Amino acid sequence: MADHLDQLENLSIHILREAYANFKSLCMLWSIGKDSTALLWLARKAFLGHVPFPLVHIDTGFKIPEMIEYRDRLTRQWQLDMIYGINTEALERKETFPDGKVNRLRCCKLLKTEALKNTLSGAWPRYRFNHSSDRYELDPNREPFTGVIVGLRADEEGSRSKERYFSKRDRLSEWDIADQPPEFWNQYKTDFAPGTHVRIHPLLDWTELNIWEYIEREKIPTVSLYYDQGNGKRYRSLGCWPCTFPINSTAKNPKEIIEELRSGQLKNIAERSGRAQDAEDGGGLETLRREGYM
Amino acid sequence: MNSVAEEKMNIIVAGHVDHGKSTVIGRLLADTDSLPKGKLEQIQELCRRTSRPFEYAFLLDALKDEQAQGITIDSARIFFKSAKRHYLILDAPGHIEFLRNMVTGASHAEAALLVIDAVEGVRENSRRHGYMLSMLGIRQIAVLINKMDLAGWNRQVFKQLEAEYQQFLKEIGLSAAFIPVSGMEGDNIARPSERMNWYQGPTVLEALDAFIKEPLPVDKPFRMPVQDVYKFTQAGDQRRIVVGTVETGAVRPGDELIFYPSGKKSRVKTLERFGSPTPESYEAGQAAAFTLEEQIYLTRGQIAARAGEPAPEVGRRFQVHLFWMGKEPLRTEKEYWIKVGTAKQPMRVEKILSVMDASDLQVKRQQEFVGHHDVAECILQTARAVAFDRSDRFPTLSRFVIVDDYEIRGGGLIRHVLPDTEESLRHRVMQRNLKWALSSISREQRWERYSQKASLVLITGRKNTGKKTLARALERKLFAEGKLVYFMGIANVLYGVDADIKTPGPDMSHRPEHLRRLGEVANLMLDAGMILIVTAIGLTQNDLETIRTAVDSDLVEVIWVGPDITDIQADLQIETLEDLEVAAGQVKRLLQKKGIIFSV
Repeated sequence: MADHLDQLENLSIHILREAYANFKSLCMLWSIGKDSTALLWLARKAFLGHVPFPLVHIDTGFKIPEMIEYRDRLTRQWQLDMIYGINTEALERKETFPDGKVNRLRCCKLLKTEALKNTLSGAWPRYRFNHSSDRYELDPNREPFTGVIVGLRADEEGSRSKERYFSKRDRLSEWDIADQPPEFWNQYKTDFAPGTHVRIHPLLDWTELNIWEYIEREKIPTVSLYYDQGNGKRYRSLGCWPCTFPINSTAKNPKEIIEELRSGQLKNIAERSGRAQDAEDGGGLETLRREGYM
Repeated sequence: MNSVAEEKMNIIVAGHVDHGKSTVIGRLLADTDSLPKGKLEQIQELCRRTSRPFEYAFLLDALKDEQAQGITIDSARIFFKSAKRHYLILDAPGHIEFLRNMVTGASHAEAALLVIDAVEGVRENSRRHGYMLSMLGIRQIAVLINKMDLAGWNRQVFKQLEAEYQQFLKEIGLSAAFIPVSGMEGDNIARPSERMNWYQGPTVLEALDAFIKEPLPVDKPFRMPVQDVYKFTQAGDQRRIVVGTVETGAVRPGDELIFYPSGKKSRVKTLERFGSPTPESYEAGQAAAFTLEEQIYLTRGQIAARAGEPAPEVGRRFQVHLFWMGKEPLRTEKEYWIKVGTAKQPMRVEKILSVMDASDLQVKRQQEFVGHHDVAECILQTARAVAFDRSDRFPTLSRFVIVDDYEIRGGGLIRHVLPDTEESLRHRVMQRNLKWALSSISREQRWERYSQKASLVLITGRKNTGKKTLARALERKLFAEGKLVYFMGIANVLYGVDADIKTPGPDMSHRPEHLRRLGEVANLMLDAGMILIVTAIGLTQNDLETIRTAVDSDLVEVIWVGPDITDIQADLQIETLEDLEVAAGQVKRLLQKKGIIFSV
């Protein structure tokens, strides 16, 4: 009988191939975190070693430096078509939480949600990695992305468990939870009205534990921040440095993290507990997601 | 590592609104210690703050507006683990408006719990959900008679409901185990009830663990809908890889495959895989990738089967059983899209044979449409032939959905194929494809060399609208740009290839045969890599489909010149031919947009 990771892998590959066959203007969000990195690995499997669409990263200017360094290293190594978008205006006006002008939720909305929406629609500049000049350059292509692959999982928190494999978003990237079409068998929403786009979620049925088991099995390179570097601390979830805090843990590799999740101290503790914006109001992440957050 | 616990099963919990699905699930999670730490306390605190009595159902109603409306909106995913295996619970809402979420949940489930309120009894969604489970192909079901605490733990109440609902299940070809439970009190959920010692059967947890993990259909004939054909030449990869998820059976190197509906044939050369060792075979449930010995032209939507095994059905008219979820009724005069396997085709409902209400299975009086949440027997017609399996043989490839206004609005099963006018033509083409001697140069190689994709450009319109003038102008324009292009006047075929059947005057009886021969001639030129321009008077959609049957249907472009268009679906309509250069330019832009002409 097929291993449970094989089952998950097969479905994710199927969904990725459906996305590629149906969406001409397709991209994948890469947050540098473990989930979207596992997804990137799945894409290389689905397309036999290639990633035939751009990866989009939203840089907030406050990402932990190792994340950016790791992103560009893999971009070169795997010859990825890498694009990043950033809310330059908000950063220039210092409308950020670390600058003390806005609260955490507002900061997330400006630096992530707004930057994401406008990068996807092409309204704001996109910066694309040029492998021959070895640097990011302003991308003349402003075509909106109509299919956006996202590595979210249903077990992350309440609102994410309500998603479909293929979820529609309206013109403003907003998500109407009560108005979602059915998914019959393995037929998904691959048609979309002009001006709208579809978010595609190949990892919906994976759990945090599955992701680490898969990273371990496939030897997927992940950013070092997830592992204890000797001070008894590591990150469980990655974000911006002012709002993401490491947890106490001595897990030094995926194997030890799996052990920790299975039986150790993290059993039954929410994964995003180190993400401060979730705690700011009861439905923080859900409000963000409806407005177009990842 | 405990390997037994690695088994995973998806289940759905369905039933009428307020019959206690969420309470049952909440209780299952709490009593099996499957809740995240602090979650129970968090919800209890929320209830204290809002002065509401705590309910296990609140655990699931994580979303704000769910709590405001008091109903579960979507088939939420909940993970939970027993001593035997991992479960993913897809919680189906009971509110009728959210039936599409129930379908979504049930589509990914292997087994179902159906909850019925002991006091309220069997209601319309108890039956409707049961019916949907049957149609979606779920065979393992446990029925929970819930709220036994409110029914005085009464055995009679349980027995009566069991008899009533078992009868209904029997009518739709299902059977189930029945369990008396109380989600609120926890009786027979994870622990046996002391208050209902008259019941000797399993608890819900035991019933779940007793469901059998159905083996994947690896011993059935091989079926794989083609998802795509990859060629990443720009990345320096010369492999031409066919991909798809295997529905049934298995495929190995050396297997002779036939692709339907085209009937094209080739042998599997290598299996392909990235990041892990290449397997010996790809089996049911696996995302497969392979290369072929012969470079046949292949597109998404074909079904791969193995030569010598029972072939799938091919047709463009079939009788189906369907469930409609659109707010707008399904009608005969409208055009829809149908998706079967990976094929997607324009579709019309030719006839509505009967309409039933899924909540009581009563046949409604004869009506011209299929309403919201109705079940119907219909005859469907697709624009071009599709391949599928009959629902009574291999149900997975009999499944289809109907798309209207960008959304999936209905789904169903194909019962059997019905005759259509192109059947004999299609049969000939399939025979021709089976016998086809392949050139040693693949189509893609030619296309790369010529910087063009082979294409049949059909220029049609009423008499004396300037079709030939436009055809010649287009030919000159493309030729000047170095394209391999040929204008073929219809007379060239009519007095040569068609000489034996040429009939003068208005006799139309040979028209299908003329079109077939035109298609065959075009097919040869397309195989040679040409852009072929053909003019013809007043082509209809039916004529077009006849021509398309003989060629690879995605290689045809239709230009209508002048007003007064027939029912043909043109890729471009040119109202007037005042400026020939402008008109030829319009066609050229269409060919560029479609990727037929390009520069390297």
